[in-house]
Amino acid sequence: MTDVLTVRGATKSYGATRALDGASFELREGELLALLGPNGAGKTTLIRAISGRVRLDAGEIRVFDRVLDGRHTPKELGIVPQEIAVYSMLTARENLEVFGGLHGLTGGDLTRQVDWALEGTGLADRAREPVRQFSGGMRRRLNIACGVLHRPRVVLLDEPTVGVDPQSRDRIYDLLAALAASGVSLLLTTHHIEEAEARCARTVILDHGKVIAAGTTPELVDQTIGRFRFVSLRLNRPLPADAHAQLGSRPGVALDPADAALITARLTDVATELPPLLEAIRTSGGTVEDVDVRGPSLQSVFIHLTGKDLRE
Amino acid sequence: MIATLLRIGFLNLKRDRVALSLKFLLPIVFFSIFASVFGGRGDDQTARIDIGVVDEDHSEFSARLAAGLAQEKGLRVRTTADGKPGTLLDRASAEQAVRSGDVPVAVVLPARLGESFANNGLSGRSGVSIKLLSDVSDPIAPQMVLGLLQKVTMTAAPDLLVRGGLRQFETHAGAMTPQQRTAVDAWLPQLKPGAGAAGGADGSGGAGTGAGGMAVGVEVVDVMRAGSNRGSLISFYAAGVGVMFLLFSSVAGAGGALLEEAEAGTLERLLSTNMGLTRLLAGKWIFLTLGGVAQLTVMFLWGTAVFGLPLFSHLPGFFVMTAATASAAAALGLVLATLARTREQLSGFSTILVLTMSALGGSMFPRFLMSEGLQKVGLFTFNAWAVDGYLKVFWRNAPLWQLWPQVLVLCGCTAVFLAAARGLARRWESA
Repeated sequence: MTDVLTVRGATKSYGATRALDGASFELREGELLALLGPNGAGKTTLIRAISGRVRLDAGEIRVFDRVLDGRHTPKELGIVPQEIAVYSMLTARENLEVFGGLHGLTGGDLTRQVDWALEGTGLADRAREPVRQFSGGMRRRLNIACGVLHRPRVVLLDEPTVGVDPQSRDRIYDLLAALAASGVSLLLTTHHIEEAEARCARTVILDHGKVIAAGTTPELVDQTIGRFRFVSLRLNRPLPADAHAQLGSRPGVALDPADAALITARLTDVATELPPLLEAIRTSGGTVEDVDVRGPSLQSVFIHLTGKDLRE
Repeated sequence: MIATLLRIGFLNLKRDRVALSLKFLLPIVFFSIFASVFGGRGDDQTARIDIGVVDEDHSEFSARLAAGLAQEKGLRVRTTADGKPGTLLDRASAEQAVRSGDVPVAVVLPARLGESFANNGLSGRSGVSIKLLSDVSDPIAPQMVLGLLQKVTMTAAPDLLVRGGLRQFETHAGAMTPQQRTAVDAWLPQLKPGAGAAGGADGSGGAGTGAGGMAVGVEVVDVMRAGSNRGSLISFYAAGVGVMFLLFSSVAGAGGALLEEAEAGTLERLLSTNMGLTRLLAGKWIFLTLGGVAQLTVMFLWGTAVFGLPLFSHLPGFFVMTAATASAAAALGLVLATLARTREQLSGFSTILVLTMSALGGSMFPRFLMSEGLQKVGLFTFNAWAVDGYLKVFWRNAPLWQLWPQVLVLCGCTAVFLAAARGLARRWESA
């Protein structure tokens, strides 16, 4: 796939604070890419730099192989800010007409695109209501519609699903998936890591202004914590103390001192390592009531890479 | 518990500079302005009144009156057309000076005044009376000049006053004896101003006791009402109040246009369309200006419908002044909106500024009530220029070209404000 957006060595400081410290990554055509990072990692600065609203101290950003000057927004870009950047006294349709007009849409083309955006965001039946009467989810969807209705080839979304209910979130991701399927490239920042894992093709993790990992979730897992599985076994009753201690001595097995009926294990190969563990429990007199097997998640990778310390 | 609440309130107040300013600074500023205007801070602070004096009589009495008026501390007398040596004022040019607002009052000492005074004293039987040409848009000045004129009449020519009185006495009671005549002739020179016996012409002494309670014949002529602009005084209030509220609405509108958009993120979205800050500010300024024009138009239409303001006979001047005023107010609103970081800051700061400008600039009460110093300070507000311009249009029926000083100042303010707003708005440009 062709790279539509490339960031190379992006560096930006505000006084003594280095917001970006040589960040590099690329966005491919038709890709939905998640940009993750703790608060203060530099995500918003990076998005603003790509939007032409921040001038880099060093490095370069290319959109369709054109280097950005940091003063102008490339016309191929659509921007969906974190704030609900719409006029609350205007109706949904009026907002879309305003922003479509500012992006150069006119006449029948503007009307068609407004209708398309209203349909895509599920706002068609509320199009003539003032936005101030909308729920948070509706406003968020309109916010996205305003950023994509002029047919941008690259869309930047800063926390597009913050504060919305699961239904609105699904609707938003369905819209983004449809855009990606039509060849639009999307870069989104989010703190909902499970969403990024489920919905995005690749993930870029940014911390302290640097890209510290990038790839698909399996690739990130391989690069960081490896492909093990977490297995949780819930027993019908606590095992005798000696049997419990004997199980705890097995490789990868962890015991919870407060809960003798729970056994957890980190297994590299579930198919070969789980049956002997089950057999050991059975011979110890235990009966397994519930088994939970989970692979390493993007959340695990994120915490592994960025740590658990608060950043702000 | 109450102590905790007090502590919360105190900490909040201490850290909110705008609230502190509104709480303590604004009342002090307003108190000072009102105290200066209405309370006075000594006689030397009182505004001197410009008057024109026309001497059509050229008698000793008229000359003494003119000289007496010139020595009054509360008056600034001009006897020539432009206040400099040159053509002497005549009745027509004096009336024009009042009409155009150069002076609020002109005193006309008509022909035969001295003769009438000599023959009749202050009885005014001859029908020759002093004319006070006045502009009632300033109701204070004619009254003040009238009072000073009475005083000057008494103090400038007490000997002539007595001589006229004696002549009246002889007419009705018979001639004085030679001894009486001799005694009077010896006494009269002592009454002359500067003779030391009965006060002087410096305005500080008392008049002859025999004149107590009498008054010189004075006819007050309202030169503005002689025309067709009856009821135009409403224009003063319309202009003053209109400009003040125009400022409030422009600042609020500009705040909504910029700060609210910045907070909501729409400003960022607008700028991401590559429209540029200059074009964005221009659009906001034009919108605010049009809103201001509409606001003032509605207000003057209301004045026309309810209070008889003659709007339709002054449309060109009204629109010139309204456009100039609204554009300056809109530009000032943009300066304040780009200067403030939050709407709270803008609200507090603009309240202080607009109220102060309105008080000093004559939106709340006429500037002629203020001391000369405050009147000069008021010229640094564009309220003063706007109100003066509207008065020229509605009250003085000035032709359009005579509005050039006001329009020039307002347009200059607009240009300076817009440049300042553009400079301050750089913070929203690419970082």
